[in-house]
Amino acid sequence: MINQFIIDTFAGVLPEWLIALMTGVTGAVGVLLFALSCALAAIWIERKLIGRMQIRYGPNRVGPKGLLQPIADAIKVIGKEAITPFGVDKVVYAAAPLVIFIPALLTFAVVPFAPGAALLNVDIGVLFVVAVGALGVMPIFMAGWASNNKYSLMGAMRAIAQTVSYEIPLVLSLVGLVLMAGSFKMEDLVLYQIENGWFLLLQPLAALIFFIAASAELNRTPTDIMEGESELAAGYHTEYSGFKFSLFYATEYTHVFAVSALISTLFLGGWGTGPVLDQVPAIIWFIAKTYLLFCVFVWTRATLPRLRIDQLMAFAWKFLLPLSLVNIMLVAVLVELNLPGIVVFAVNAVLAVVLIKGWAGLLSARGATVEQRVYIRPAAAQ
Amino acid sequence: MVTANPFLVNMGPQHPSTHGVLRLRLVLDGEKVLNVEPVLGYLHSSKEKLQEEHTYLQTVPITDRMDYLAAMSNNLGVALAIEKLAGIEAPERAQYLRVIMAELQRVASHCFAQAVFLQDLGAWGGPLMYFLREREQVLDIFEMVCGARLTYNYIRPGGVSQDVPPEFLPAVHGFLATFPKKLDEYEGLLTKNEILRARTVGVGVISRELALSAGFSGPMLRGSGVDWDLRKQDPYCVYDRFAFDVPLGHVGDCYDRFMVRFYEIRESLRILHQALEQLPPGEWKTPVPIVIRPPAGEAFQLIESPRGMLGYYLVSDGGAAPWRFHVRAPSFLNLGALNEMLVGSTVADVVAIVGSIDIVMGEVDR
Repeated sequence: MINQFIIDTFAGVLPEWLIALMTGVTGAVGVLLFALSCALAAIWIERKLIGRMQIRYGPNRVGPKGLLQPIADAIKVIGKEAITPFGVDKVVYAAAPLVIFIPALLTFAVVPFAPGAALLNVDIGVLFVVAVGALGVMPIFMAGWASNNKYSLMGAMRAIAQTVSYEIPLVLSLVGLVLMAGSFKMEDLVLYQIENGWFLLLQPLAALIFFIAASAELNRTPTDIMEGESELAAGYHTEYSGFKFSLFYATEYTHVFAVSALISTLFLGGWGTGPVLDQVPAIIWFIAKTYLLFCVFVWTRATLPRLRIDQLMAFAWKFLLPLSLVNIMLVAVLVELNLPGIVVFAVNAVLAVVLIKGWAGLLSARGATVEQRVYIRPAAAQ
Repeated sequence: MVTANPFLVNMGPQHPSTHGVLRLRLVLDGEKVLNVEPVLGYLHSSKEKLQEEHTYLQTVPITDRMDYLAAMSNNLGVALAIEKLAGIEAPERAQYLRVIMAELQRVASHCFAQAVFLQDLGAWGGPLMYFLREREQVLDIFEMVCGARLTYNYIRPGGVSQDVPPEFLPAVHGFLATFPKKLDEYEGLLTKNEILRARTVGVGVISRELALSAGFSGPMLRGSGVDWDLRKQDPYCVYDRFAFDVPLGHVGDCYDRFMVRFYEIRESLRILHQALEQLPPGEWKTPVPIVIRPPAGEAFQLIESPRGMLGYYLVSDGGAAPWRFHVRAPSFLNLGALNEMLVGSTVADVVAIVGSIDIVMGEVDR
């Protein structure tokens, strides 16, 4: 909107490159502000929701309903002493928290908030997202390596192994979407969904794989092994304090938010409303879906235990990867047959259930023996 | 197989999941544990020696500080030992009250054990707090009885410090009415969770033989399938009057220990039902002098605390203070096979296994 205003006002008055620069700057600042305010809101929502799930109130002292708590926390943490431990690689140590913020923010650049309202409406939006997502592991490794702490290093090693593994099913799950929509452009994907139904329904298997793989890159339970509080203290950011730590903290939430926005764009129809409720502005729909997804992330975090690293790897390579390959073939056949949406949904949903059940049953021979364990023996045996 | 240079990691004494100040010197090859050396003594406060300077009645509150998650059981153990030494007989009502308190304490302690075990596995969100909520209810009951929530000093030589208030029975009955349903709910949420199973089944296996030779007791021993519960084998107080079962594990992994604690909570509730029903009226304390001077001799009393066999060994020289005061601490002995359990596992398993032992450092270091 602002960009349109700038273009309308200054068109003809100022040279074209200046207008392009101005629109770029306002757009970037707008997205930055949106991302940061979302991160603050996300911190509040998560603390409040987890508080409720833990039978607590959550923050409720600073401001109405504790709404100002994230800001108070930010002020507190900035005011703290930034300790640089002995023996760290100073340049890398200082750079890591700054660098880590970039990938999370870059994701927002290609997400269309509303029709035509993406900062960069590039033709290869999906590829861009994948590439930027893979960048996220680099600063984690920088932090872990530079900290001169064994826990940090172990966290960083885990992070690399995990991210590299989960990158593959993540990308492969998106191939099906591209096959169906015939475009890498984010906006085209959304438009396709508005026309033919959400990808969540058309490709439930891909949606599930993407959700799991993306959450594995977010560093939250059940896949927070790179942070693993009860094992590695705080993993890669053990040695960070003060403002540097707050950057890691804020990035975590920005990242969750970026992934939520991505999933709502790719699988939940983005700004699309469906046939009803067209009066509500598109951007509201988009934000509502994103926040809803964020709540799902909070929910899983509050409920599930953490996986072990080898189990997490096995899950990526033995479970998600074969399923995502099967999914690609499946979608290719369905696209070739050119069936109506409802049939595609039915076929995919049934096959997803069958595949997941079957493959899981094939992989685990353990489940049955646990069920057979009886803990109260008959009285005669005692 | 790629191997890296082994490196040493100090897990603890300051670490989120070493349950206080246990220090493990782990030699790691990447994630794999090559060697482990536990270092104890960071919480040593000379409690046993301290007892030798106190009268017998004054020893009771010091035992509160040993296993601070099961202070009632500690009180019970030392009170029984002193009674054995001095030849005091507690009245029947006191015996029942002791059983009720000990079983409530077992429920509270096992709830806490489950909670921190889940936290060690990473489920720090909901499940952790659910168990703590149930523990709070027991602590509320204890507060009603003796005014304290953690260190009770309630069970004393000769009986208990005071009779229970009239609102005690309705409170316990209320707890017994609501708790089993919640327990079923938590069990459904947790034990059928695939991640929890993946993390616990087959992890930290202790064979029957190892458990016996290492001197394990309590859920650690029963998790390995050894039927040994002092409440059955060598009943003290009035435990021989109650019907209850002893849950036993099968292979001795973390899952078995986790489940044994679940079922022990249920059995404790069964005992509580019966004890409340049979609770006789009458005196709650035999009059004993403030300064007890037992005849010269020695006494050893073992009880089944939530963590295992808790023993008190007292030697008297006829004076007002014990000449020697020794505690057989189950937490300490349950750490005995750390090497066998941890070597070959991963860092994440170390946390899960140590969590499943359910140690209290106050008791380990004394």
